[in-house]
Amino acid sequence: MTAAVPLLPPADWRDFLALTKPRVMTLVVFTGLCGMLAAPAVDGRGIDPVIGFTAILCIALAAGAAGALNQWYEADIDALMRRTAKRPLPDGRMDRQSALHFGVGLGAFSVILMGLAVNLVSAAILATSILFYVLVYTVWLKRRTPQNIVIGGAAGAFPPLIGWAAATGSVALLPLLLFLLVFLWTPPHFWALALFVKTDYANAGVPMLPVVAGERVTRRQIGLYTIPMAIVAVAPWPLGLTGWFYGAVSIAMTAAFAWMAVVVATRRQQPDDAMKPEKLLFKFSILYLFGMFGALVVDRWVLA
Amino acid sequence: MTPEEEDLIRRRQRSRSIVVAVLLAALVVLIFAITLSRIRLAMT
Repeated sequence: MTAAVPLLPPADWRDFLALTKPRVMTLVVFTGLCGMLAAPAVDGRGIDPVIGFTAILCIALAAGAAGALNQWYEADIDALMRRTAKRPLPDGRMDRQSALHFGVGLGAFSVILMGLAVNLVSAAILATSILFYVLVYTVWLKRRTPQNIVIGGAAGAFPPLIGWAAATGSVALLPLLLFLLVFLWTPPHFWALALFVKTDYANAGVPMLPVVAGERVTRRQIGLYTIPMAIVAVAPWPLGLTGWFYGAVSIAMTAAFAWMAVVVATRRQQPDDAMKPEKLLFKFSILYLFGMFGALVVDRWVLA
Repeated sequence: MTPEEEDLIRRRQRSRSIVVAVLLAALVVLIFAITLSRIRLAMT
């Protein structure tokens, strides 16, 4: 006689929405939209608004699917961390199979719709980004290496590439630089957060750099990653891929980012430290990404 | 199963059905708009 498994009531639809991590989607949609708007016209014509809307919708749905599959796989460690213990799965409001079916279905739907309505290149990159986030980051790297956030950052770097590919049907140097910008921006952004937020990753056995290698190494890595990020951020202008407006904004904002990163990289935490430089760097890093992509769109649409 | 549990299940199923219906309607409108766009693109 096997023990009777408690029958869960059908999950509430709001829990399915929570699975998709809606807050994470805003940055994904914004960078995807900027990648699309920065793309040149094809045959003298920009992307059709309806097709453009559909492409952004697919990027958002794919991000939601990746979020759902991430929560399906990490239900065990989510239960061990305060920040994530109230998610639908660890909190027992939904069974794991429903999350898996939802994630796979939503992901497949977003790729198919992108392929049929927009083009195959963007659909292929979209599928790659979902698989990368779920398989490479969530399943393979997150629990094994403190560099997990670096590689995982690539998953968040795909949207500008997808937006561009949706508009042009191809990929070019500028979207690849935008991909690299988000990829190299992720470590300083996330590790600055990890320095001042007592994340209980250690309880869950997730090797985060501050926990595994300590504060000094984390600060140095923040400084080091800022160097290639700065180069990639400014490069589009001297390469002639953007106008002077993006050049000016990128130099000014990158200089500010670099200054804040140097301060964080060279100081040590004091007793009762309010961690102001770290919080400033983290907040500015979000403004920085929105500013850089916004400048790119202004450069293309207003000044071109 | 208690009446309260049954009521909860019914409410959950009803709200999920409404959400799915709304989403399907939105998908129909989207597919229709995409079709019109595709036709217009093909004609120009």
